[in-house]
Amino acid sequence: MSSRPPKSLLTYAVLYLIFLYAPVILLPLFAFNDSAIIALPLSGFTFHWFGLLWDTKALHEALYNSLLIAVVTAIGSTTLGIFAARAAARYEFPGKRGIVGFIMVPLVLPEIIVGVALIVVLIQLGLSLSAWTVIIGHVLICTPFSIAILQSAFNNMDRSLEEASMDLGESKIGTFFRVILPLVTPGIISSLLISFTISLDEFIIAFFLTGTDVTLPVYIWGQLRFPARLPAIMALGFLMVSLSFFLLLTAEYFRRRANRLTGNHTRSDNGIFQ
Amino acid sequence: MKTPQKINDQIIAIEGVKKNFGDVTALDGVSLNIREGEFFSLLGPSGCGKTTLLRMISGFDSPSIGSVYIGGSDMTNVPPNERPTNMVFQSYAIFPHLNVAENVGYGLKKQKLPNDEINRRVEEALALVDLEGFGARESHALSGGQRQRVALARALIMKPKVLLLDEPLSALDKKLRETMQSELRKLQRTVGITFVLVTHDQEEALTMSDRIAVMFDGKIAQLDTPEGLYKRPKTKRVASFIGVMNFIPAKVVASTKTKLSLEVEFLGKINVTASNKIKPGDKITVGIRPEMLTILYGETDKADNVFSGMIVSASYYGDMTYYEVELKNTDINVMVSMRNTSGRPVLLTGTTARVGWGCESITVFDG
Repeated sequence: MSSRPPKSLLTYAVLYLIFLYAPVILLPLFAFNDSAIIALPLSGFTFHWFGLLWDTKALHEALYNSLLIAVVTAIGSTTLGIFAARAAARYEFPGKRGIVGFIMVPLVLPEIIVGVALIVVLIQLGLSLSAWTVIIGHVLICTPFSIAILQSAFNNMDRSLEEASMDLGESKIGTFFRVILPLVTPGIISSLLISFTISLDEFIIAFFLTGTDVTLPVYIWGQLRFPARLPAIMALGFLMVSLSFFLLLTAEYFRRRANRLTGNHTRSDNGIFQ
Repeated sequence: MKTPQKINDQIIAIEGVKKNFGDVTALDGVSLNIREGEFFSLLGPSGCGKTTLLRMISGFDSPSIGSVYIGGSDMTNVPPNERPTNMVFQSYAIFPHLNVAENVGYGLKKQKLPNDEINRRVEEALALVDLEGFGARESHALSGGQRQRVALARALIMKPKVLLLDEPLSALDKKLRETMQSELRKLQRTVGITFVLVTHDQEEALTMSDRIAVMFDGKIAQLDTPEGLYKRPKTKRVASFIGVMNFIPAKVVASTKTKLSLEVEFLGKINVTASNKIKPGDKITVGIRPEMLTILYGETDKADNVFSGMIVSASYYGDMTYYEVELKNTDINVMVSMRNTSGRPVLLTGTTARVGWGCESITVFDG
């Protein structure tokens, strides 16, 4: 039986949550505020700023770039993640721990370092900066997340399920499609959603590698110079935060489903969210 | 490698199989034949190689040296999906994303059979394991016993030549395990398929099998019927693995064609029925089962050999009482099991008792 936490701890937790989320709550507040100035008191309710977003052509281009980059990044990092996670779960080879650890390093590497390093390498290679160079950077930082998610899906899978399938006459490829894939699909969806979200929100690497194909965060950064556009940015920010929340919650739902399907009822480690 | 002589009732032939995992020798020269339609058990402690041998029959492991024949053909390097064997896994390996009917019909679907035939055979297979009407049930909603039945149905629907069972009862509680033991035996008679069971539980092997191969350290120590193993164990290790056996070190004093006269340290002479090639002067060990020893009540009870001792513990089981008796002037303790009948009250710890046994109830081991 779990007991109730002491009052002081509860107060601390509430304060902590306010500190975390108060700035974010300001977004919807000013996104719907009928005033060009970001200040209290609020002066009225409006959808005007959202309408303004609708009319801004440059924004649509940035949105298109961001979505393209996010979709390709999600597919790329998830595919790489599937290979790595399957190999790590299934095979024993010398230096396995080291290799897997090495793949995970970008998780803690400062993005600005990754960004600078990549721009130096890409320019040396003679590549021009575009959406595709951003994709390279984003795949690099998203792959560790994909591996972390997929590894728990693959690791939790009982090896004898594959053997049972082979025993019942199914081929190796058939077993992959009839047993392994269905069992790790929730993990794959979760990985796609999380890498999509990370890519969509990522600023530093995009800022370095984007060239002329600006992404949404880079566009927002550019707009911050114009105070008059700030409420519209608030509206855009509100939409992006809502979308991210929705995607992350969906991803978490699928991650838990993956754990449940593969017969793991209690453990929820290896995930990004505990 | 020569083809094994085709004996008409032999379904599996293992010939000189060795298996190494790195430095570890899992199987060290195993040869054995399994007959068509029999319930065969591989019995041994964990790490004895019994599971490796089963996985070699199923095709999940291949021998380092040696051959595996199933139904007369060499299957040594045939993958599991092309073998006429099916397996019930220790964890049952029920596909969690499929319901009961989809699990049972999994192998048939691969064979591209028409749907109504699959459905009909799934129903038949479920009926065979007493799970009629469970087809639509989700697999995570099944109890341990039901999961095992699904695993059985899923394997039997393939009509294998051999059904392999890897410790199928170890995950069940005692009561359910006993029920499933007799059900498995009945099921085997119904379907008439050869069953090969791997178990570490000697009682399970004894009650279910036609024949048992007892394995130690990657080798077959003895292959016999349950009765043969119990009554005529070849080594002390087999004897103490199958049931309980009392061991008494002895020296041969004299032997005739039929009788051996043995000198037991501190105890004096005992007489046993002779087995072959034991000469006077040999050091041997005699083995005797607890139920072959008797506590003699009063002067009228007689036996070929009688020794006195003191009861050091008595465990009452209702129908039986198990005594531990320390034989007089020795440090030998023997286990005696006595049926509780009227006129033979349960004796208390600390009382002296006379222990008797007959000549023919003793097994003689070398060394």
